Amino acid sequence: MTYEFDFASVLANWPQFLEGAWMTILLSFPATVIGFVGGTLLAIGRRSDQRWLVRACGAYVEVLRNTPLLVQVFLVFFGLASLGFKVSAFAAALLTLVINVAAYTCEIMRAGMDSIHKGQIEAAECLGLTRRQVYWHVVLRPAMEKVYPALTSQFVLLMLASSITSQISVEELTAVAARVQSETFRPFEAYILVAVAYLALSLLMRLGLWVFGQIVFTRQRKLGNAK
Amino acid sequence: MKREDTMNLARDAAAQHSQPAASPAQPVVELKDVHKSFGSNQVLKGVSFAIPRGQVVAIIGKSGSGKSTALRCIDRLEIIDSGTINVCGHAVHDPAIDLRQLRQDVGIVFQSYNLFPHLTVEQNITLAPKAVKNLPAAKAREIAARTLQQVGLADKAQAYPELLSGGQQQRVAIARSLAMEPQVMLFDEVTSALDPQLTGEVLRVIEALAQGGMTMVLVTHEMEFAARVADTIIYMHEGKVWETGPGDMLKNPQTAELRDFLSHGL
Amino acid sequence: MIDGGLNSYHLQYLLFGALWTIGLSLIAFVGGGLAGGVIALCRVSPIKAVRWATVAWIQIIQGTPLLVVLFLCYFGLSIAGLELPAIVAASIAMIVYVSAYLGEIWRGCIESVPRTQWEAAECLALSRTQRMRLVVLPQAVRIATPPTVGFMVQIVKNTSLASIVGFIELVRAGQLINNSIFQPFTVYLLIAIVYFAMCYPLSVWSRKLEQRQQFGNNRGTATPSVTTA
Repeated sequence: MTYEFDFASVLANWPQFLEGAWMTILLSFPATVIGFVGGTLLAIGRRSDQRWLVRACGAYVEVLRNTPLLVQVFLVFFGLASLGFKVSAFAAALLTLVINVAAYTCEIMRAGMDSIHKGQIEAAECLGLTRRQVYWHVVLRPAMEKVYPALTSQFVLLMLASSITSQISVEELTAVAARVQSETFRPFEAYILVAVAYLALSLLMRLGLWVFGQIVFTRQRKLGNAK
Repeated sequence: MKREDTMNLARDAAAQHSQPAASPAQPVVELKDVHKSFGSNQVLKGVSFAIPRGQVVAIIGKSGSGKSTALRCIDRLEIIDSGTINVCGHAVHDPAIDLRQLRQDVGIVFQSYNLFPHLTVEQNITLAPKAVKNLPAAKAREIAARTLQQVGLADKAQAYPELLSGGQQQRVAIARSLAMEPQVMLFDEVTSALDPQLTGEVLRVIEALAQGGMTMVLVTHEMEFAARVADTIIYMHEGKVWETGPGDMLKNPQTAELRDFLSHGL
Repeated sequence: MIDGGLNSYHLQYLLFGALWTIGLSLIAFVGGGLAGGVIALCRVSPIKAVRWATVAWIQIIQGTPLLVVLFLCYFGLSIAGLELPAIVAASIAMIVYVSAYLGEIWRGCIESVPRTQWEAAECLALSRTQRMRLVVLPQAVRIATPPTVGFMVQIVKNTSLASIVGFIELVRAGQLINNSIFQPFTVYLLIAIVYFAMCYPLSVWSRKLEQRQQFGNNRGTATPSVTTA
């Protein structure tokens, strides 16, 4: 093997990589927030009394979880464009990511909410809380706390999956790597660098989400993460 | 299955493996000044006792008195901090001990039976004789049939544990340990997890084993059973052997703590 | 609806692509499964160095997008001087990816076999290998079946990325068709339907297996399944 590694020429493009990383964050962060809200609403819908709502949410979740993200992205970007709805690559990417992560969040939140003991809800109702108050204080908040680790993992996966949007020319990290390697003819080094960047981003994201969890879920903090 | 038949079979079984690793005079189990802590919590604070061959010893005491820990130390399920434990000629406190040999000489039955759910009753019993003693399958099945007969479950050989009652599962667990022909049997609160009506069938099997001459150590809450069946009772309190004596010791407790324990139950 | 642009020849080509999707999925599952088994066992090894190295490897793979792993394998092969078809790079990438995830899933299943089973086996004088082989692994396999089937869905979906390095599976077949008839919405919708037809039965099966197990264990806790997009 006479290949000589040349990281220098690739590293020289560090501003572009930084921009790419920023684009990845710009995609992942809003998608996480909006997707979480959407997913929670879907989960509430799946547990409602109205059968049509349960079915509709269920169908939505099944369709999105059983088709690849790449196909979803193409369908939204190219497909909608061909029907006359022209959106920017970034908008299409963000939209697809939101739609996608909402489906996964729904399942996670649903599991969390289902695990709340019926007795808790009964007790709250017998204390005179309104249905909405009961739902928020006894179902949603404890459920979020319970499934927070699973949610964290899901959101990190979302960030990693954003690499797929490079295929519709969103200038995030993976796309930058492709561009740099076409200029420097150093594909291996470029992608190694990007892999390291993603690893760093995952670590940062996990750390950030952990800190956020510590702040928001005060009970965990006080009990010292005792489950 | 008649009680006398069970006892005869048990006696025969005990007589079958009377090759003591230690001489008849040497105790089968001997603890000397055993200390054990879990983190900052000292559970055993200098426990000493000796069990001669063929004797049945019952260890009683409150939760937290260290009785289960002491029992588990005998089979090296817990490693002691200081002191010595000698079992059937093995130095259990020695880190270089041959555990496989020790576990063939010591049989233990747990509170939660711990049967292997993916194997039938017969397979549960034949597993160790085949895997450890390399017995041929036919011989192992023979042993399984014998031990199942001993515990009164000969017809359940092909059943899976989940279909049996708690009492039946515990009896299978006893048969599983017996199949390895140990020199001493340890019982760790084996009836505590059972409904009262199922406790009797297990206690009957244990009593038959005792009549058959098996050396046994029982950690138990069944006071009446202990008084009747045990040759010696050890009362443990706060990690020490507090009082010991023959079965009728429970009628005349010498120490205030034992009096207290007997009047309050747990 | 399918109009004049899409003919039966195109549909046959799509089917051809779908078969290759299944083929690559099988390669990934079998290869990744074998490697994953090794990883799971290394992960619970009594040797510290082996454990730590395995943890590090798993963290690296799970922290890198599959697309990047795929590119690294693709370009890595050509650096090594090997001119091999895209399926080789895709297979290697998928196997690496699958082994890390399945390894972790299976490790979790091994560790969820109750400690008391280990103890009971230990007290019957079984050696560590015997304990693993005769008592723990059979039970771990039973626990592992639902999540493994669920992960098969991820494998099938992730083979779609192989299209990016030119491997002709379902998505690539569709792209080529689209290049001639220019109806992306129809084409990609059709592709989505085919993926759904492949994945949905697996999802349903996985859920059924999980329900059957929970029933048998009388456990009521729901475990959320974490899966990739």
